[in-house]
Parts: sequence; structure tokens; C-alpha cells
Amino acid sequence: MAEYIEEEYFAPGHRACIGCGEALAVRLACKALGQNIIIVNATGCMEIVSSQLPYTSWRVPWIHTLFENTAAVASGIEAALKVMRGKGRGLAQEVNVAAIAGDGGTSDIGLQALSGAMERGHDFLYLCFDNEAYMNTGIQRSSSTPFGAHTTTSPAGRKSIGQFSWKKDMPAIAAAHKIPYVATACPSYPKDLMRKVEKGLKIRGPAYLHILSVCPIGWRCATDLTIKIGRLAVQTGVFPLYEVENGKYSLNLDLPQLKPVAEYLKLQGRFRHLSDEVIKEIQQRVEEEYAKLKEKMAG
Amino acid sequence: MVKKVGMETSVAIGEVVKRVNADVIAAYPITPQTHIVEHLAELVAEGELDAAFIPVESEHSAMSACLGAAAVGARTFTASAGQGLELMHEVLYVASSMRLPIVMAVTNRALSAPLSVWGDHSDAMAVRDTGWIQIFTENGQEVVDNVLCAFRIGEDPRVLLPVMVHLDGFHLSHMIEPILLPEPSQVAKFLPENKYPLPLDPSRPVTMGDFGPPVIYSEAKKAQEVNLRAAKEVVLECWNEFARIFKHSYHPVECYRSEDAKVLLLAMGSFCETAMVAVDKMRGEGKAVGLLRLRLWRPFPFEEIRKAAQAAEVLIVLDRAISFGGPGGPVCSEVRSALYPLDKRPKVIGFVGGLGGRDITPDGFEAIISRGIEIAKKGSKEEFEIFGVRE
Ligand SMILES: Cc1ncc(C[n+]2csc(CCOP(=O)(O)OP(=O)(O)O)c2C)c(N)n1
Ligand code: SF4
Ligand SMILES: [Mg+2]
Repeated sequence: MAEYIEEEYFAPGHRACIGCGEALAVRLACKALGQNIIIVNATGCMEIVSSQLPYTSWRVPWIHTLFENTAAVASGIEAALKVMRGKGRGLAQEVNVAAIAGDGGTSDIGLQALSGAMERGHDFLYLCFDNEAYMNTGIQRSSSTPFGAHTTTSPAGRKSIGQFSWKKDMPAIAAAHKIPYVATACPSYPKDLMRKVEKGLKIRGPAYLHILSVCPIGWRCATDLTIKIGRLAVQTGVFPLYEVENGKYSLNLDLPQLKPVAEYLKLQGRFRHLSDEVIKEIQQRVEEEYAKLKEKMAG
Repeated sequence: MVKKVGMETSVAIGEVVKRVNADVIAAYPITPQTHIVEHLAELVAEGELDAAFIPVESEHSAMSACLGAAAVGARTFTASAGQGLELMHEVLYVASSMRLPIVMAVTNRALSAPLSVWGDHSDAMAVRDTGWIQIFTENGQEVVDNVLCAFRIGEDPRVLLPVMVHLDGFHLSHMIEPILLPEPSQVAKFLPENKYPLPLDPSRPVTMGDFGPPVIYSEAKKAQEVNLRAAKEVVLECWNEFARIFKHSYHPVECYRSEDAKVLLLAMGSFCETAMVAVDKMRGEGKAVGLLRLRLWRPFPFEEIRKAAQAAEVLIVLDRAISFGGPGGPVCSEVRSALYPLDKRPKVIGFVGGLGGRDITPDGFEAIISRGIEIAKKGSKEEFEIFGVRE
């Protein structure tokens, strides 16, 4: 991979909020996706901030249709390009296909379409930009919202600690489809992210990349802390960076000593209400999950 | 001379899709559409059709995959019915609004609940306003001919819209009839290559499916409406050209013994063939009755309906769907409002019948016509009557 890719395919001048980790992640991913690409985008923040008529932020072919069908649209494109090339019609060269969606568009409403597309083995790269809630519609919970987080539909209150369930393990669900490549990434580690996008694109068959994307609006954090919070998510073990290649797990950033989860939580207003006891519970869970992941590395 | 071959309508549809050399078929099985997609899967598996057959996990994904395929310029086909068409609902709007030519055969089926796999037009009427061109057919030959026409109409650069060909579930989809399939040389003459003007292409990046703020949304919708209405000319042109090559002609409203008729019945789909038997019998008895068969449902053929119906005294419309709590069947209320501006117009009497696979025999049609005449004279307590229902 080139040290630094100057080209911008996701043009500046989009309407994302200040400090948006998702827009940064998309920008980095686009650099690695390059020009020979067709992007399918789900409804959500990134679609809304980038495509308001009569403007567009996209310097590559891009299509948005609906919220939950991104993987299905991508599979239609991929299959069509392949068969038409065989018939000598359509695009002469092989073109890559990428689908991009938020955590809601991926782990909730779009899960069926994604599962179908992965199971059928389409040659495409799916990128989930996980900001841990439905941000576009005003910070409602998704199944990817972490335990204890305050959102507008999992509000903290006298009888509620906020999000009542543990974050759905979407990369594990993707890996369970036994696709050739699954990885996690975070724009706080830009080179790692771009390397994984390039790799996912090269691999034949479905590839799935799950990208943690800090959202200052929804996470109630300072807009200049996006990179730091992303790093802390990794360094505390809340969001480990790893790859699953043909079923083989590898950790990209093994940390001999995890930082305390509290360091990550305390910078975010969405966790402000949590008691020490609940934070301890989260700490324990993170350690358990991290240990399980390391077992997979060994196995 | 090409010969008619006895075959199931569903299989014949597959044969047409093969002859037009479709690129992508994405479909999900539902009774009574299954034989269409099974046959297509077989054709692809045997190498007789060089296409991608995408066995998607739902109808929502079927139509979504079709969107993607059409957006890169592929010739795209799918088929569905009933619940499947309903599950596609939101995607149907996107297909037409984004001007993606997709051809879909709909084996019309009733909607749950109670679950019914049998035919009526509830599914078609539920997608009435999705912006698709919609054609109704009455027998296997019409299905075959109009599936072929659908590709030509939808892909025409002046149109670029998706097209539904409706055929009654079981009554048509599962019938074995003598069918004349188009010859490859005829197809080559009739159907140009699909050249989608602005496909997704890295050498010419386009943004498709943007976010439309209020300052632009109305204009986008107006453009869509103008485009769909204007498509009628292309439909007519296509059917004329079809008649020239295949010696069989189609019209937005087919008139059967209607010229001097005082009483007209209007129906859609395969029931028309039975209704013709009833009309013949009543004509034999000296009654001035005739039949209008509404073929082009969208864009709605206002002029043709007015011309065909204005001289009659009574127009009886049979719907195979209910607009619950509304004015009656959707077809009746549209026909009635199409005729309303005329100074002289027939009384329009609405019936609903043939729901969930319930048959209507020639005697039944005779009874509908007689009752319609009676209502025209004396009125009815109801906004519309359901034919043959047990109280
Ligand atoms: C069928 C359907 N249901 C609901 C919506 C409303 N909606 C649009 S975007 C969105 C949330 C998007 O969340 P996510 O996928 O996490 O993306 P984000 O905006 O957070 O980047 C919702 C609920 C919709 N557009 N379509
Ligand atoms: S709401 Fe969050 S994810 Fe959406 S644009 Fe703003 S910062 Fe980015
Ligand atoms: Mg989100």
C-alpha cells in the first residue's frame, strides 16, 4: 500500500458534522477503494450528507436506493457486470463493488440482505460504518449500541440504565458465513484501515469490514476527541482490531495491558449516568470477550 | 411457417426471457409464480441462457438486485405475486423513480389474511401507484407477446421505466395452451439492444439516487409523471410494430362487440375470455351488450376508455380487488372518474368478484350484467356489490 494516497474520491464540502468519525472513515476507505469502483450506499448519515441534490460529494460512480437493501443492490451489480463482461457487453474491465452502510443498515434492518449476499458468495466488499446508533434519524438505539449507552430510544432514567442489551457481534456473524475475509478497523488507525480495505477488495468473494466510527453528536463527546476516543476504544479492548482470513484469526494490535474501560467511557456523555458498579460490569465483560478473542487467535 | 407449441404459460415466459437474452434474473419463489423462475433457473443451469440467476433470500432483495443490475445496463427480469409483490413494495417506487427498466411478470394472487394462493387482483391494485407501466393479459399468447413488448417499451430511451405484465395466477400461469414463441430473427428485428444511457461506470462517474430536498422533489415527481404519461405513445408504437412483425395487434382497451352496445361490461385479465362467452350468448338473444377489456392499466388510457364507453347507457365494471371502505373496486372508481367530465356518459355500476380464486362462469357474467342493468334502473343500497358472495 502507498504510504499516502493524495486523491480524494469522497470530496470535501459534504455536510457531515464537525469531528465526524464516520465521514473520516469513509474518506479513508475511498482512498483505498480507488477509482475502479462502484459504491452502493445505504440510507443513513453518509448518504444524506453526501448526496443532496443538486450536489454530490462522490467522484466515483455511486448509487443509493434504500436503507436495508444495500447488499442486495450490490449483488445485482456484481452479478450483472460479470455476466455482461462474459457476453462482451457493458464494462470491458473488471470493476470492484463496495457496499457501505451504517450499523443500523447492517446489523438490524439490512442483516437479511447482507446474510443472503454473503452466503451466495458475491465478489464484493461490505463496509459497515458503526457509530453505534441510528444517528441520521436522531440517535436511536440499534443492536450495535453498547450496553449502558444513553440514546433517544434507550434513555437513561430512574428505571433504565440506557441500552439494556450487549452489542451485537456483527463481525462474528459475518465470520459465521465462512466468507474469506472479515476484519475490524477504526479511522484512528488510518493505515490499518486502508490496508484492510485494499485487502478486502482484492480477495475473491465477499469481504466484510466493520469500522468503528466515533460520532461526537451521538456519543456526546468533544469534536476534537474523535481520534483519541477511537484509539481508546481499541486500547481498552472495547473494540479490538483483528482480521479473520479464511477462518484464521489474527490480532493486529495486541496489547499486553488493556487500559481501563472507564478511560474510554468517561469522555462520552452517553455513559455519564453509569455507576461505578455498572462500569465494573462492563470492564469484566470486555475482559472476557477479549480473552475469548485471543483464544480464537490461538486456535 | 412457425408452429404453435402446447406449453405452460409460465414455461413460455421463461422461453421469451431466454430469447431476449436477458442478463440478470433475480427472483424469490412464491406460488403461483414458481414455474416461471424454476424454468429460468433450469435454462441457466443448462447453459441455454447466458444470464446470472440470483437466488435471493427475499422479494425485497430480488427487486433490489434488479435495481443494481439495471443500473449497470443489464437486461433484467423478475417475477412475483401476492405477498412477494407486497414485500417489494418500497423497492418498486425506487425502480420507477430512478428510471430503471426492469421487466416483471406478476402472476396475480390474493393477499393474506386468510392466506390464499389463488388469483385475484389485490396485489396488482396495491402497487397501482408505484409508477410502473402495467399491462394485463388474458391468455398465454398475450403473456408471451407482452413480456417481449415489455422489454422494448421499458428499455426505450424515451421511456426508461419498469414494466409489469400481469397474468392471473393459476388461471393463466399454469394453463397449457398452444403458444407461438417469437423466432430469434423476429426478436432481433423487434427488440434493440438495451443501451442504458447513464449506467454506473468508473470512467463516467454518476451519482444515482440522491437525497431530494423540498426545492427539487416536486420537480422530480412532475418529471416522472410526465414521463409515464408520455410512455403511452411508445406503448402504442411498440404494439403497432409488434403487429407488423408478428401479425397480432394489441390496444390499450380491447373492444368486443361493443360498437352499438347499450350495456357494456368492463373487465381485466383472463376473466375476459369467459365474459366473451356470456356476451356472445346474450347477443344471440338479441341483447345489445358488449365487453371492454382494459389492457393498459398504467399509464391509464383515458381517451380510449372515453371513446369506447361514451355511447353506452350502462357500464358495468368488475373488479377483482376491494378498496376497503372506499368507493368500490379501484378499476371502477378510475373508470368512473375518467368518464365524469363527459357531457353524455353511461351510468357506471361497480361489482367486485372473483376474489381469492373464486371462479365466475359465463352464467355468472350473465347474472352480473343483468343485475347491473337492474341497479342502473332502480339503484342499489350498496356503493358496490360483491358478486356471488354468501351472506
Ligand atoms: C425502511 C426504512 N425504515 C426506516 C428508515 C429511517 N431511517 C433512515 S436512516 C436511519 C438510521 C440509520 O442508521 P445507521 O444505519 O446506523 O446509519 P447512521 O445514520 O448512524 O450512519 C433510519 C432509521 C428508512 N429510511 N427506511
Ligand atoms: S450525526 Fe454523527 S455520524 Fe452523522 S454526520 Fe454527524 S457526527 Fe457524523
Ligand atoms: Mg449508525
